[in-house]
Amino acid sequence: MMLSCKDVTQLISRSMDTSLPVGKRIGVRIHLLICRFCARYEKQLLLIRETVRRVVAAEELPGGPSAEALSEDARGRIRQALQSR
Amino acid sequence: MGYPERVDPSDWVDRYGDYLFRYALLRLRDRSAAEDLVQETFLAALKNRETFSGGSSEATWLVGILKHKIADHFRRQAREGSLPDGDPPDRPGESPFNSAGHWQSGPVEWGANPADLFRQKEFLDQLAECLSDLSPNHANAFTLREIEGLSTGEICKVLNVTETNLWVILHRARMLLRRCLETRWFLRGAGKGS
Repeated sequence: MMLSCKDVTQLISRSMDTSLPVGKRIGVRIHLLICRFCARYEKQLLLIRETVRRVVAAEELPGGPSAEALSEDARGRIRQALQSR
Repeated sequence: MGYPERVDPSDWVDRYGDYLFRYALLRLRDRSAAEDLVQETFLAALKNRETFSGGSSEATWLVGILKHKIADHFRRQAREGSLPDGDPPDRPGESPFNSAGHWQSGPVEWGANPADLFRQKEFLDQLAECLSDLSPNHANAFTLREIEGLSTGEICKVLNVTETNLWVILHRARMLLRRCLETRWFLRGAGKGS
């Protein structure tokens, strides 16, 4: 049975969470050889995954890219809560 | 080699506050919820100081506590919002596929992306906005999988869904997030410079 693009996008996502049964895996690979949209879709999902992983790693270092910090208000509130224990 | 470093709790906020806040904010996308969880983490840590074995750094110990708080937060959201939220079917004209299951308009070529994309604050902001545009159910599932790195089995327990259900949720989350990033970032040429 031929897989549609709709089927293949579902399977691409699932393959990022679990290993596909071998028949499905082969079906997807064949489809990706002939369908540039689905091939691009897979490439982009993997790029998003990789980029998110790097964001996570970078954020755990001091001076992470988001440059987010606790506000002075929150700092004060939390200090107070800690002291009252 | 000395003992693992321990900081007096009165210095915790200065020493670990921003680190824990960034950690929580990346996952919750909500400043006040992130602040609350940082506070809860410190209070729980204070109460259970003896559980700090010294086998790891104090920062790692605190993040471990925060992780539990984040999972609890998602669990609560799933309980409160799972039914109305669910997984709505595509509205007519919204599906990227035609009735035969072929792309109506396929993904667009994104072009070259700078290697330091992940370090660009503007990209992070767009990513956070695109995640916030998803329903909480979809955003939380994506976050637990791709940011927290949990297995699907663990996520099913937190969100109280079946594995088949979770696959559908993750598929939809990835599809919507991809489209959002394409529109808001990659096609605006924002990714070109660096």
